[in-house]
Amino acid sequence: MTVARISSAFANAASQSRAALVLYVMAGDPTLEKCEEVLDALVEGGADIIELGFPFSDPMAEGPSIQLASQRALANGVTLKKTLAIAQNFRAKHSQTGLILMGYLNPIESMGYEVFAKNAANAGVDGVIVVDAPPEEDGELRECLKANDIAIIRLAAPTTDAARLPKVIEGVEGFVYYVSVAGVTGVKAIDVAAIKEKVAIVKAAANLPVAIGFGIRTAEAAHKTSQIADGIVIGAAVVDSVFAAHQNGQNCAQVAREFAMQMRAATQKD
Amino acid sequence: MPQRAANLAETRKNNWDQYPDENGKFGQFGGRFVAETLMPNILALDEAYQFAKNDEAFKTELSGYLKHYVGRPSPLYFAERLTAHYGGAKIYFKREELNHTGAHKINNCMGQILLAMRMGKTRIIAETGAGQHGVATATVCARFGLPCVVYMGAKDVARQSPNVFRMKLLGAEVRPVTAGTQTLKDAMNEALRDWVSNPDDTFYIIGTAAGPHPYPAMVRDFQSVIGNETKVQMLEMEGRLPDAVVACIGGGSNALGLFHPFLNDDSVKIYGVEAAGLGLDTDKHAAAMAGGRPGVLHGNRTYLLQDDDGQILDAHSISAGLDYPGVGPELSFLKDTGRATYLSTTDDEALEAFQLCSRLEGILPALEPSHALARIGEIAREIGKGGLVVLNLSGRGDKDIFTIAEALGNKI
Repeated sequence: MTVARISSAFANAASQSRAALVLYVMAGDPTLEKCEEVLDALVEGGADIIELGFPFSDPMAEGPSIQLASQRALANGVTLKKTLAIAQNFRAKHSQTGLILMGYLNPIESMGYEVFAKNAANAGVDGVIVVDAPPEEDGELRECLKANDIAIIRLAAPTTDAARLPKVIEGVEGFVYYVSVAGVTGVKAIDVAAIKEKVAIVKAAANLPVAIGFGIRTAEAAHKTSQIADGIVIGAAVVDSVFAAHQNGQNCAQVAREFAMQMRAATQKD
Repeated sequence: MPQRAANLAETRKNNWDQYPDENGKFGQFGGRFVAETLMPNILALDEAYQFAKNDEAFKTELSGYLKHYVGRPSPLYFAERLTAHYGGAKIYFKREELNHTGAHKINNCMGQILLAMRMGKTRIIAETGAGQHGVATATVCARFGLPCVVYMGAKDVARQSPNVFRMKLLGAEVRPVTAGTQTLKDAMNEALRDWVSNPDDTFYIIGTAAGPHPYPAMVRDFQSVIGNETKVQMLEMEGRLPDAVVACIGGGSNALGLFHPFLNDDSVKIYGVEAAGLGLDTDKHAAAMAGGRPGVLHGNRTYLLQDDDGQILDAHSISAGLDYPGVGPELSFLKDTGRATYLSTTDDEALEAFQLCSRLEGILPALEPSHALARIGEIAREIGKGGLVVLNLSGRGDKDIFTIAEALGNKI
């Protein structure tokens, strides 16, 4: 499994004429216990792939929602090691759902690339996204992950031009994550018409599914984006809904399930 | 041969000017650890800088502004009474505090804004800790008519209020950063977020010799005017090179500016002084090299204060300009190769050194170089009589008088 699990998640969605639904949760947010309930609920609601964030003290590419989630997770005592434990629990319950870790390089460096790759494989992780490790800097990590059959997934950005694109997609497995806006997570809104052509170019070049993320907050945006992508990634909106539920004393899992169901419905191709 | 000595022999043979390599690496340190959205910007900047630094027209333009606007060369001054006080080597100050805006920071800002204009950028952003880099950036933006946004940790906004007001007077917008520890590292995060959101029109003027390549090399090069002038001035005044050069270490711009031109001169000892805050045995200090280990933050691999999970720890220093949990990658490289020796100074020692310099030399130093001043006596005695030591007096202390008054229990 592992890389294959990501590929089959996309293939399965495609066979149902829809985009794959990728939902992001920060490990240990809003609490360690509720996080695990939310993950289960997202799968029940229809998520094809879970992106599990591991916290970092200095998340440079995140907007306020995920910055605050990161701070809450750290306050709850979450580490990369604890994130892997959450991943392992998740995998024990959900054998088909894709599971990707997303975060920043320093906690991985601190654990050591080899140890991290082995532990992640043991926990049932399928792919890893490291926001601040561009292709120029991820060679060693990539080798360690590859040795454990874990996909390295990179971000292609609106600023990535034709000359640079081959470098960005080199060695990528599973899918390419297309960043829909030049900006941090969860702040600017997506403009589907503006990126349609760029996404097609990335897809053709990579010969892999392309998932679009950064800036999808509503079912309407999810539906529009689903028309031009193999997958959609929603992060800040999940984090915000769950945290609001937590603060209002609502059932976080139920809110998460409903959110996922609504977005899952929106992934249908017209 | 021990590893360190072997490394040193190797690098000496190889010449220090070859660092960083084309990937921005100083040995294992440096590099370009940024989100993909910024990579094209970083690569374009590198290309523009590589061209500009060898371009005669650019160099002439920059040196013209440094002379007539900044007021260079800054004097090399023999600190006679401080020398007599310690009774060791002759102590010289490189008077960077006499530059326009009161610190060394403007050397780099002038270089970067000229580059920004060459690249057709129309908006400038910067981060600042003590506010000196923010003031210098706001100054060059006013001079060349570009809009300027300065990110500053909310905690620093409170303790450096005179500089906040200066920036506003110069027409800059100061945005307090309330995320994280509300200091320099968070200001840098926020500036990077701004840049990632405005990659087309915006130029990010980083103030210290850190960040993704080419910043560490570029800032060092723009600040190397300090060491290059020192060399010429020392040869004029004493007929030989100094025996040691000394500077405080925050991110490293004033230190590398003085150190770098002397790296290939084996006879010149290099001393950097980190901020030990309340003490290295406490968790309230900013000595990344004495108390940290290598990791990745703000686009480069370098020594960092971090916990077992790789989370960056809060730094502490009475000096806002040194209150940073990392250090420029080249300084980390100089540590591991053994070319530089690093010492540290506590808050209290810096305050004492501040007062001593004020009374003996009639110069109010900033709290940042006060950290270097606190170790100058030991270094001068170690070098001994007949020796020559140069300290980078990187900024003036006027901005710090409120902090110092509070620390000394006075009311202004």
